Amino acid sequence: MSATSHLLKVVIQTVMAAPMTNDQSWFYALALGVSFLKCLLINAYHSTDFEVHRNWLALTHSLPVSQWYYEATSEWTLDYPPLFAWFEYGLSHIACFFDKEMLVVPNLNYASPATVLFQRLSVIVADVVFFYAVKECCKCLREDKGKDLLGKPSFILTVLLLWNFGLLIVDHIHFQYNGFLFGVLLLSIARHCQNRHFEGAFLFSVLLNLKHIYLYIAPAYGIYLLRCFCFTQSNADGSLQWRSFSVVRLVILGTIVLSTFAVSFGPFIALGQLPQVLSRLFPFKRGLCHAYWAPNIWALYNIADKAFSILGVKFRLLDINKLPKASMTGGLVQEFQHSVLPSVSPLATLVCTLLSILPALFKIWHRPNGARGFLRCLVICALGSFMFGWHVHEKAIMMAILPLSLLAVDSRKDAGIFLMLSVTSHYSLFPLLFTTQELPIKIFLMLLFTIFSLASLKTLFRKGGALLNPLEVTYLLGLIPLELICEFVYPLTVWQKTFPFLPLMLTSVYCALGVTYAFIRLYISLLTCSDTTKKTKMQ
Amino acid sequence: MENWSLFSLCVLLGLTSRWAVSFHSYSGAGKPPMFGDYEAQRHWQEVTYNLPVHEWYFNTTNNDLNYWGLDYPPLTAYHSLVCAYVAKLLNPEWVELHASRGYESHSHKLFMRATVLFTDILIYIPAVLLYCFYFCDGSSKQKVATALCILLYPGLILIDYGHFQYNSVSLGLALWGILGLGLGWDLFGSLAFTLALNYKQMELYHSLPFFCYLLGKCIKQGLIGRGFFQLAKISLTVLVTFALCWMPFLSDPKQPLQVLHRLFPFGRGLFEDKVANTWCSLNVLIKIKTLLSRETQLFLSFALTLLFILPSSLKLLSKPNLWQFKLALVNSSLAFFLFSFQVHEKSILLAAFMLPLLVKDGLLLPYVVTSLAFLFLSLYLLSHLTRTNEPLFWYFPFLVISVATFVWLEPPAKFPDLFPVLVSILSFLHFLGFIIYFNLVQLMEPQRKKSQKKTN
Repeated sequence: MSATSHLLKVVIQTVMAAPMTNDQSWFYALALGVSFLKCLLINAYHSTDFEVHRNWLALTHSLPVSQWYYEATSEWTLDYPPLFAWFEYGLSHIACFFDKEMLVVPNLNYASPATVLFQRLSVIVADVVFFYAVKECCKCLREDKGKDLLGKPSFILTVLLLWNFGLLIVDHIHFQYNGFLFGVLLLSIARHCQNRHFEGAFLFSVLLNLKHIYLYIAPAYGIYLLRCFCFTQSNADGSLQWRSFSVVRLVILGTIVLSTFAVSFGPFIALGQLPQVLSRLFPFKRGLCHAYWAPNIWALYNIADKAFSILGVKFRLLDINKLPKASMTGGLVQEFQHSVLPSVSPLATLVCTLLSILPALFKIWHRPNGARGFLRCLVICALGSFMFGWHVHEKAIMMAILPLSLLAVDSRKDAGIFLMLSVTSHYSLFPLLFTTQELPIKIFLMLLFTIFSLASLKTLFRKGGALLNPLEVTYLLGLIPLELICEFVYPLTVWQKTFPFLPLMLTSVYCALGVTYAFIRLYISLLTCSDTTKKTKMQ
Repeated sequence: MENWSLFSLCVLLGLTSRWAVSFHSYSGAGKPPMFGDYEAQRHWQEVTYNLPVHEWYFNTTNNDLNYWGLDYPPLTAYHSLVCAYVAKLLNPEWVELHASRGYESHSHKLFMRATVLFTDILIYIPAVLLYCFYFCDGSSKQKVATALCILLYPGLILIDYGHFQYNSVSLGLALWGILGLGLGWDLFGSLAFTLALNYKQMELYHSLPFFCYLLGKCIKQGLIGRGFFQLAKISLTVLVTFALCWMPFLSDPKQPLQVLHRLFPFGRGLFEDKVANTWCSLNVLIKIKTLLSRETQLFLSFALTLLFILPSSLKLLSKPNLWQFKLALVNSSLAFFLFSFQVHEKSILLAAFMLPLLVKDGLLLPYVVTSLAFLFLSLYLLSHLTRTNEPLFWYFPFLVISVATFVWLEPPAKFPDLFPVLVSILSFLHFLGFIIYFNLVQLMEPQRKKSQKKTN
């Protein structure tokens, strides 16, 4: 109770910007506040991901290690790397005290109140890693002066990260452990900013072994560390100084990475299970797109294909009988057969992804811009993989937004791009919460985050004109009628029964436009940015 | 950051916590045959929609008063009627006469919660925002902080969105009344407060300060001339409002009497359950409930309430300014809570609600301490409501530990009610302390900064 009264005092003092004995108390107030909110959401809707993690708790607890990647009683088999499995194993020992029944593998879809409480609390508590990482990131900001607390970049960054809409919705309602994982990522980035590269590399290797989706940004790490850390010096104009190559650093980095992988995969290699593990980690999933199209290039590609086929039939250029069956009336199916445009294979998507990130990688190789350039490249790698990847989940956009927040409080242009990307992609997460009960929550939280980010960034960069041009503002405002149509008007119309997928498709395509736009702008800013630092920070 | 954005963030935070609390269980969920306050509200929709007005407050074959009979003034009934019309549109089963008793479903819960949110947004939240904007001293940041504290006040959120009630309507209307008086719009203020009174009779707790303030103001303006004219206008407004609200019940003299009988059930005894007021606490030592006759109990409670309310009211009468008015509101509601008849623990909302209005430099500390006390009380409410381990617990994770001690720890067999009683006695002592403290503040008027004084 004294903690609550302290919180009240701190909240009031924070907003009044009164002189405080403890300068950092606002951080803890924000962290505590968001934790309270998360606790309130314990009873909200949770998706099948809840059962996924319960199943993993059960199988890591009840079965020996040799069985972990073979167990298939539940359809939600273990498809994260071994370190995450060990994490679940650790959690399962605490789970015993809440409800032993959840650790029984055959108890499919077991969701007693104690289970829900435990799982939700585990996410909330694991977020402590995220809190720590955010604190470290605040230290990396270039300038942290502000007239009052609300105008300080570190305060704005803390709110943008701790109260991020995507994390709240995906972690604490839908159910995942992204807070914890992004905590590790942000901590790794912070360590690189602080020139503690060995730690940063170690953290990233750990992260890769927790969730392999972060392979999306591994190229950025690889090139950056090679270029800026293994080559200890650059020439005066920023170009590479070949002679400054440090074998020692390369070897140490290699050792760190390899030993992390060894600890993680070692037991399974020893058991000869590596192929099985890899097949679980990289399942050859059917379909270019997920059931709900992530707002990437392929969503636009699909809609273009549909449009062409409709037009083609209309203008008698195509024979309707020759088209694939579901193309005219089928909506969001996993195996989307393209009728006019060529079909896309996984290899094609890989090639496109690589092509999309190569210029960025080349840029930081050629003229690195220190930690900031690395961060920008990282965001582009994440975004490029999102845009062109195979079977991408809309949640993957978080990988671009969270690191971009760091850039947004530092530069005007990045703030504008961040606003575009964050509002659009947060809106694209709406279909994840499709229940009526959660509708007010997602609208309130979305408005909360959007208003805060708009107002605070506008105040931060008030000199120099508007952050968003009229076209961008119109696009973002267009989300409001889109939401009204998709969630309020459309379900009441007669088309709801015949074309139930239409609102999802609309959302997907509309957001894809915004995401693509942000991607292009980000690329332009990377390629045109001049070296503000004469020498790289690594010495 | 601009003001509008800060205020909208406060509102959004308030709305989010409200709706998130509403995910949890409501009073009487899954507990036939009587269920709880949620079923009471649903039942009133059923009664008001299906039965003619003159049957609402009477015991008839169609209207069994023992099953959640209407015991709030007419405005609540009208509100239920409006909700019933909407319910009928969405799903007629919800208000089917007799057949809908104990109706529980996920969509119905959403509907009921939505009605609370709707009235909250319509009445309570604008009042809070306007109050903080116009009547809080200090920088805009302080105003926003006050708004945030009021909007996040857990008592109201838990009762309205958890347990299930519509306190935000009556409290909101009362706040509009205070706003009106503060802006000098006495007629509007009186109208709003009269409506609040006609929504929940608990607002009587605040009625004496309103009366004394307006009367004092009129007297100050001179009882011959402007003051008298003003008094007449106010009285007319109040009477007309009452008449309009009670119009359907004025045709037959039996009607208003029956309504009053339902509103003030003197037959029910000095107190029910565990309440943090004098009688309940006293009962632990001396069994006054059984010792004294009902008439004596009534007289005693009336006398003591009057005794504790008189100093504050007289002071307000002599010095009708806004500061005195607010303090009088606190003192009056505390006095009623502590000493009056048939008080429910939820009535403390009325006293607690006023306190955030007093967040100025000097009173920050008591506010923080009060919050502790009210948290303590809401703890008690939680333990009271969560005997079946409902997830309403999760609102205060830290406090869960303390509540856990109360709920899981076995009290000694001789005193099975030990913990709830301890909680209510401790809270009572806090409130007793507060009523003395605030009376002292109001009566003695310690030196305050000139800028804080608001005179009319």
